[in-house]
Amino acid sequence: MIDISLGHYLFLGAVIFTIGIVGIFLNRKNLIVILMSIELILISVNINLVSFSVYLQDIVGQVFTMFVLTVAAGEAAIGLAILVVFFRNKGSIHVEDINTLKG
Amino acid sequence: MLAHALIFYLFSFVAIISSLAVISSKNTVHAVFFLILDFVSISCLFIMMGAEYLGMLTLIVYVGAVAVLFLFVVMMLNVNFKELRAGFLNYLPFGSLIGLVLLIEIGMMIGTWKYRDSFIKTSEIQINNNLTNTESIGNVLYTDYIHYFQISGLILLVAMIGAILLTFRQKENLKRQNITKQVSRERDDGVSLEDVESFKGVKLND
Repeated sequence: MIDISLGHYLFLGAVIFTIGIVGIFLNRKNLIVILMSIELILISVNINLVSFSVYLQDIVGQVFTMFVLTVAAGEAAIGLAILVVFFRNKGSIHVEDINTLKG
Repeated sequence: MLAHALIFYLFSFVAIISSLAVISSKNTVHAVFFLILDFVSISCLFIMMGAEYLGMLTLIVYVGAVAVLFLFVVMMLNVNFKELRAGFLNYLPFGSLIGLVLLIEIGMMIGTWKYRDSFIKTSEIQINNNLTNTESIGNVLYTDYIHYFQISGLILLVAMIGAILLTFRQKENLKRQNITKQVSRERDDGVSLEDVESFKGVKLND
């Protein structure tokens, strides 16, 4: 308990990842909370990468964390832009209303 | 060592509680604030691990850019968020079941996992303790991973252009200055000289 090892950080990442997944399940109607859950999942992946990088003494994990950060920022920007355009056209952000493509 | 453990447990407790609050809070603005708290505590954990550059980067990018972007959008949209939470309790048993199974599976994987005896590190690039964290990241990022770095810059560029293009709209009935039209205006377009006969007057075509 006192010695903080790799497993502690991995388990923290696992807990936050699970919370992100459950968040997508629970908030099936609110697109903004779904996007925030995706951010939670991405940051839990970052925790995994950084903790492995530190414990293996290998800096490449931190370099890849930066790339994950880049993709997360781009994804948030595009996702929110799509959300704003959708709200302008339909006047709601219900996930159920997003059916124009008949997918 | 005890202080290290206590600080780890404090930050991870705050991170887990605030991520639970993100997915379950009634007000979406509060959810964004809890997301900020989550990112701050995780970046503190990064700094504690010795990855101080990434800790600061997480603080700047996630808290400074992404969370504020979420806040802007949540406050800009006039949506009844209460209505959006309607199915929350219906999905709760199913969602928590899936989450519990996922957590148990990942926990079992972490608990029973260990290195092979013949474990070889995947990369020869090592952390040099004489360098700071930022210097060692820079040494790798700008040499071996320069193409990945440039591609990630391209991703940001495409994301920026896409976001602008999606949200840009041309308003109708809006009078804008047309500089080309102004500059290329000749004297003859605005002025005409007429010979006026006396007692007849002149008819202007307007």
